[in-house]
Amino acid sequence: MLLFKTAIKNILGAGRRTWLNVAVLSFTFVLMTAFNGLIDGWVNDAIVDTRDWETGAGQFWHENYDRYDVFTLQDAHGVPPDAFAPYLADKSLTPILVIQAVAYESGNMQNIQLKGIDPSQQLLEIPSRYLHADDDALNAVIGARMARTLNADEGDRLLIRWRDKNGAFDAREIVIASIFNSSIATVDEGQVWIALDKLREMTGMQDEATYLVRSADCPLEQDVNGWHYKDSDFLLEDLYLMAQHSRVESLIIFTILLAIALLAVFDTQTLSIFRRQKEIGTYISLGMTPKQVTRLFTLEGTTYSLLGILVGILWGTPLLYWYGQTGITLPESYTEIGLGMRETMRPIYDPGTILTSIAIIIFMSMLISWLPTRKIAKSNVVEALKGRIT
Amino acid sequence: MSEKEKIIRLTGLVKQFPVGDGHFTALNGINLTIERGEFLGLVGPSGSGKTTLLNIIGSLDTPTEGEAIVLEHSVSSLTAKESAALRNKSIGFIFQSYNLLPVHTVYENVEFPLLLQKRSAGERYKAVMNALEWVGLTDKAASRPAQLSGGESQRVAIARAMVKRPDVVLADEPSANLDAKNSHTILQTMRQLNEELNTTFVFATHDEKVMQYLRRIVYLEDGKVEKDEIIQDSTFKIQN
Repeated sequence: MLLFKTAIKNILGAGRRTWLNVAVLSFTFVLMTAFNGLIDGWVNDAIVDTRDWETGAGQFWHENYDRYDVFTLQDAHGVPPDAFAPYLADKSLTPILVIQAVAYESGNMQNIQLKGIDPSQQLLEIPSRYLHADDDALNAVIGARMARTLNADEGDRLLIRWRDKNGAFDAREIVIASIFNSSIATVDEGQVWIALDKLREMTGMQDEATYLVRSADCPLEQDVNGWHYKDSDFLLEDLYLMAQHSRVESLIIFTILLAIALLAVFDTQTLSIFRRQKEIGTYISLGMTPKQVTRLFTLEGTTYSLLGILVGILWGTPLLYWYGQTGITLPESYTEIGLGMRETMRPIYDPGTILTSIAIIIFMSMLISWLPTRKIAKSNVVEALKGRIT
Repeated sequence: MSEKEKIIRLTGLVKQFPVGDGHFTALNGINLTIERGEFLGLVGPSGSGKTTLLNIIGSLDTPTEGEAIVLEHSVSSLTAKESAALRNKSIGFIFQSYNLLPVHTVYENVEFPLLLQKRSAGERYKAVMNALEWVGLTDKAASRPAQLSGGESQRVAIARAMVKRPDVVLADEPSANLDAKNSHTILQTMRQLNEELNTTFVFATHDEKVMQYLRRIVYLEDGKVEKDEIIQDSTFKIQN
């Protein structure tokens, strides 16, 4: 306690030098908290949106289905086994049928995936209610990205061509009933959603599906008769990898910022050893061991970070709260990237991440303070009293 | 003097410092005994070994050869911890440039050795105020070193050295940075404490003003004791 009190007194007594170090460290701490919060917020938004729009709480895939290989689509369909029947009936499972197709718009040809979805489903955010049609029209919903690609507006009619289960080509006109906005590109780009029963009828694939989306209410969580269960971890794997990559980038930025802040502490500590040699000698003559003096100087350096964090909490809390409330509105081009970014990104402050940042700052400042002060333990007290430590 | 406790015994003390390929001999076979309650000065020109001898007595340095027994402790065989404990408990230092801790107040400077001794707050307060009273600085307790004059700073250093009631106070050129009036003031204070508390004072000095207060003068020349003189009628008389 004596060392801590003395360290506090010494660094507060050092005036502007201390406050410069504290300012740099508090800036680093707040900036990193904001940056990590932004990544956590983005990852959280992306996970929620991906579940809401695409994956549900899991999926059962037809044994031939591979989402990364469009060539599997031709054979990746079948009638779901009876074990799924009660859950299909209570809509805790919703079937999706996917086939390759081509859309023609103003003479242009565009490869698409034609996806059949139950118009009355409420498991996914896809606005499937627009797929109901009173007449014989074939309503379709598409995402905003797809609309731009096809140069299509609501009410427009497009010709699509597909192959039925026997391989025979067929074509029909669809009506764009609704255009939705989603941060999830994989339900938008190259996708045209139509009513499941219509698609089944068009392809002759009665009662068939490519995959089933599971809601959290469905108790099934394992493979059923050749339909492979894919849990959330598997379905969100790409997102987790992307988040991990972002965290590495964040760590690099954090390391650079922290290195700059710690350079100031290191500089102060190194200067202290030279400027305060007589003081070091005095402490020892008063009865401190060289190791205690080393600890005192190390503690002084560490206290910069403690003060930096404290000051950072004081000015950073209202700022980060405001930032959390308003978020950052991204330019449209960012949301087009398709990384699950919403138009406004709101940071989420994870206590674990904040505590880790604090621990890293304190540990690193302790280490960087200790390095120059090691000299004290090896120094000659008499030389220190004369101000001759080299 | 012979019946008094011999608290410092130096036998065949040699201290050499490496210089280039060779070495410089600062102390060359010093034999000296200091008894409790002495008011003694190590006197000699620059380079005669005064400060080196003081540092060895203060356990801040160790001899190259010979033995230094301070308060029954052989300085050469003390660990860093034991040596620090000896200084903290039994030895007070007064330096030429005062060496006060700059960001601490006068009170905190004087209190510091007691904090190291882990004394209670009440005990510390009593001892610090007592020490400040000895040197006449109770009204400056809240001041910082930068707000004090040279004489006041040295009086704070004396209070800090005396607050723990040490057996020995080692003063290295205590009056070198002071004018005549302040020099006499601090020397009177030290002499008074020596007589009232029976604390042993050892000075390293070549200041005439200090010498007139000493009761024993050990003259050093080239690291050797040239003369060891007892002053029978020291000019200083305690003012009652």
